[in-house]
Amino acid sequence: MTALAGRPAGVSTRRRLTDHVATVAAWAAFAAAAIPLVSLLVTVVTRGLARLDMTFFTSSMRGIVGAGGGAAHALWGTVLVTLAATAISVPIGVGTAVYLVEYGRPVLSRLLWFLVDVMTGLPSVVAGLAAYALIVMVVGPGARSGLAGAIALSLLMIPVVVKSSAEMLRLVPTDLREAATGLGASRPAVIATVGLPAARPGIVAGVMLGVGRIIGETAPLLLVAGFTDSLNLNLTTGRMATLPVYIYSQWQNKGADQAAYDNRAWTAALVLIGLVLLFSLAARLLGRLLAPTSLKG
Amino acid sequence: MTFELALRAPELTGAGHGRDDTANHRLAVVGLTASYGRSPAITEVSLSLESRSVTAFIGPSGCGKSTLLRTFNRLHEVTPGARVTGAVRLDGIDLYDPRVDPVTVRRRIGMVFQRPNPFPTLSIRDNVLAGIRLQYRRLRPSGADELVEAMLTAVGLWDEVKDCLGRPGISLSGGQQQRLCIARVIAVAPDVILMDEPCSSLDPVSTAAIEELMVNLGRDYTVVVVTHNLQQAARVSRKTAFFTVAGAGEPGRLVEYGDTAGLFSAPSKAQTADYLAGRFG
Repeated sequence: MTALAGRPAGVSTRRRLTDHVATVAAWAAFAAAAIPLVSLLVTVVTRGLARLDMTFFTSSMRGIVGAGGGAAHALWGTVLVTLAATAISVPIGVGTAVYLVEYGRPVLSRLLWFLVDVMTGLPSVVAGLAAYALIVMVVGPGARSGLAGAIALSLLMIPVVVKSSAEMLRLVPTDLREAATGLGASRPAVIATVGLPAARPGIVAGVMLGVGRIIGETAPLLLVAGFTDSLNLNLTTGRMATLPVYIYSQWQNKGADQAAYDNRAWTAALVLIGLVLLFSLAARLLGRLLAPTSLKG
Repeated sequence: MTFELALRAPELTGAGHGRDDTANHRLAVVGLTASYGRSPAITEVSLSLESRSVTAFIGPSGCGKSTLLRTFNRLHEVTPGARVTGAVRLDGIDLYDPRVDPVTVRRRIGMVFQRPNPFPTLSIRDNVLAGIRLQYRRLRPSGADELVEAMLTAVGLWDEVKDCLGRPGISLSGGQQQRLCIARVIAVAPDVILMDEPCSSLDPVSTAAIEELMVNLGRDYTVVVVTHNLQQAARVSRKTAFFTVAGAGEPGRLVEYGDTAGLFSAPSKAQTADYLAGRFG
């Protein structure tokens, strides 16, 4: 005790100084990262509030050239296209992850992992071109639809879902796999009752990351979903507006009343951020509702 | 006394039940070699296990006794690169016959692992029923309650957990978890129960409870226990097999197999005597 209590000041001066420097450096790094983010959020909120009214959510841009109008068509387009892309990506992504972890043969698995890695870095405009090529083959040249946009976006979302699901499936303890296998469970039963429940948080996280990745995409949607001033709720036919494309077009093709177009673009950006928030909350809630409480018989 | 309930349990699981109580559940190993990749972990084992009794596998670390045990329910082959040659016969049927489904084998030969491994997302009750549900067997709702009570009683856990069956299985102590895992195994009414060092992660009191349970299980099931604890082998088993290994990278071999009492008091091989005397291993 006495040895530890002795000379308290001698050692601690330098140590305290180092501690201070490190603390200041950490805070500075945090501030450098946070300032642009906060500034962006403040700008979007203050400029976006100007047009955050009911009309913005209820009317489209059909027949509007100056003030007024809204983004109802683009909001619905983004919701529909994102939901459709999620509906395509989750089964394919989870299925691929199950194959990679549970069934994959060494060579084929490595090849698949490589492809998934490549797809993660896929430029979004290339995904758009791929979807365009597909729809030209099926429907004909010049065709545009929300579904084509969803297909393009799912190309970007699938690798995200595959990676996060596979990573969680790999973490399932061997103990539990053997427990289920030893009890006479077939391989699909082991996957369904031990593997997938354990991978559920990974799947939810993958969906959230994936939605975040695709919801702001502009280039592929501009290519294959096109742009329109009218509301279109049919995914399979006709052009469909989406919020990022709406922002782009409001900014790019301003009419005489420039402020009205600027304001609409800022409000659409604010709504888009709000939508991302809603989607991640919904994914979390869904994940919790699907939580396994018992094995199904 | 309590264990008689477990005997009646097969009827509780309802129709389509596979257990035939007139069968011997006799397990025989013929010229078995099990390897990981190219290197055999245990080689040329032939022995015939006595039915409805406890057999202990003892030997130094790395002698392949756990690997041998895992060939009995075809769990060894789940490891990538693992291979088995030779035969394991249950009541005369070779379990490695290409026509035999490994899933069926595992339904007739249950296993208790070294570390207690109840399913973490399931309640105590659902852990007992897990095997039945994993096999997609149907169960009357009242039958489920009876079965849960019978199985937990059989493993001596009922009085401790009857008021908290809905709590997660992993909330129990290590010894209780291991007994829960045994309840889970006997709930599917296997013919043979394999135990891979079931007490190695437990305290002495829990170990004593599990050992008592092993003795009881041995009256109705063919039980095989791998253990590092020689006293445990002496206490619970009727027959003992001693395995050893010449050195690292060498395959394990069966040295001696016989009545536990005889093997411990008068081993016929020098290696066995040396091991029992603590001169190696």
